[in-house]
Amino acid sequence: MRRALIVTALGFLSIVLVVPLAVVFVTAFRDGGVPYLRAIATPEARAALRLTLVAASIAVPLNLGFGIAAAWAIARFRFPGRRVLITLIDLPFAISPVVVGMMFVLLFGARGYLSGIVHAKIVFAVPGIVLATAFVTIPFVARELIPALEARGPEQELAALTLGASPWQTFWRVTLPTLERPLAYGAILCTARAIGEFGAVSVVSGHIRGETTTVPLHVEILYNDFQYQAAFAVATLLVVIALATVVGQRAIQFRQRRRT
Amino acid sequence: MKRALPGLGLSLGVTLTYLGLLVVIPLAAIAAKTMSLTWSQFWATVTAPRAVAAFELSLGAALVAAAIAAVFGTLVAWVLVRYRFAGRGIVDALVDLPFALPTAVAGIALTAAWAPTGLLGRAVHSVGIEGAYSRLGIVIAMVFLGVPFVVRTVQPVLAGLDPRLEEAAATLGATPVQAFVRVILPALRSAIVTGFALAFSRALGEYGSVVFISGNMPGKTEVAPLLVMTKLEQFDYAGATALALVMVVASFAILVAINALGVRTRRRSHQRKRAPAPEVVAPSAVIV
Repeated sequence: MRRALIVTALGFLSIVLVVPLAVVFVTAFRDGGVPYLRAIATPEARAALRLTLVAASIAVPLNLGFGIAAAWAIARFRFPGRRVLITLIDLPFAISPVVVGMMFVLLFGARGYLSGIVHAKIVFAVPGIVLATAFVTIPFVARELIPALEARGPEQELAALTLGASPWQTFWRVTLPTLERPLAYGAILCTARAIGEFGAVSVVSGHIRGETTTVPLHVEILYNDFQYQAAFAVATLLVVIALATVVGQRAIQFRQRRRT
Repeated sequence: MKRALPGLGLSLGVTLTYLGLLVVIPLAAIAAKTMSLTWSQFWATVTAPRAVAAFELSLGAALVAAAIAAVFGTLVAWVLVRYRFAGRGIVDALVDLPFALPTAVAGIALTAAWAPTGLLGRAVHSVGIEGAYSRLGIVIAMVFLGVPFVVRTVQPVLAGLDPRLEEAAATLGATPVQAFVRVILPALRSAIVTGFALAFSRALGEYGSVVFISGNMPGKTEVAPLLVMTKLEQFDYAGATALALVMVVASFAILVAINALGVRTRRRSHQRKRAPAPEVVAPSAVIV
């Protein structure tokens, strides 16, 4: 019984998860190491990698700052509309990526609601990609920090303030150091999603090669061009990032458990 | 009462400004676009045969996939909680991978594995079943996405279950299967329903992994988010908004229904000590 259940569970996971993952690597190295390296070193691939990093390096710090502010307000104070605010933070999880992209097109597209006010090119350009990326990654940091702050209670901060620390000193020396782990955890999830987002970015990108293609979009373009080996080669970069994310999560959980 | 802690003004100000600019204004754009539609325009768009077929496919495939994910996800959670075996830690970490893997990569990987020439596709092709480029392919992609939701909601509840319950059942003469069906399963029901709901709503809105494996034949293997995408590419923004609106309303209705079901089972059960089941509207209640 026990053995049959383990075998069934592992068999299911192999078919659903492991085989597709193995296929990525097998196809990427189908023609050996040189074509693999060539595929990930093309100017388009490098431009895509650069854009992905740019988008992530704007969206992640924005959401880190937002997450800290939101967590402080929500976990430390009670005010009218607090529940609505929490729902609003969760909302990006609840909207399909395609609809997220659509919202920004409705705002900044050719005849968009804000195209008369904002004259810069937002949609089908880099700013739109950054906006879409920031939108889909809003909840990750805040969602980790709110329960962590709530669980700890305000005693340490109150003690620091009583001892004469200024509010900012209290923040930097008391609040932030104790949030190190949930902050790291949230940042890891946020970064992984920022790098991997496809649907929302796809809508606002316009797919201009070498200009508005992120790594996932570059994979899509190569795949649709029937350049399978190259598509999977670039995809391995994203798989490695995903694996690193899972390992990073585990490491933080492990250290947390050992400490308590 | 004077507030003891500083920083409410600043932190709330930053939070509201950020959410206002990035979430509320874009959402208002959808509302505004919806207002600009007349009723007959809206109705004609959402009842067009192609749209109806897409809705039916999305709904049906997401339901089937969530059911499969619920069954196997519960099994995986059971094996991970109850048994110790070599590589258990790796398997446990692996379950999270669909959360971390970019959907486009999942899409091409699943397509390559289930294509008629692929490792798994070849096997099912030889018995006359198409893996990729069919409705089955869509279900496969949605199962891939849904499994971690079920495992991660059932696992903590199962781990928190009092082993004395089962021991009591055993001493009262229940076979292991009877003990599972009568004692454990009722305790897990609301967690499984929650996992099912999360997997279902995620599958309903999914674009990246489904678009590659489905083959995207209008009326046959075209899911609703893809139809929204197609309309956007044709600059039919009003049409896209109408379809998106239907999906949002439909999935809200389904979520509320499933949520009510979960609440009822929770109330009906008599166990006192049980890990609280997470709320259905927790992270990733993904709606188109």
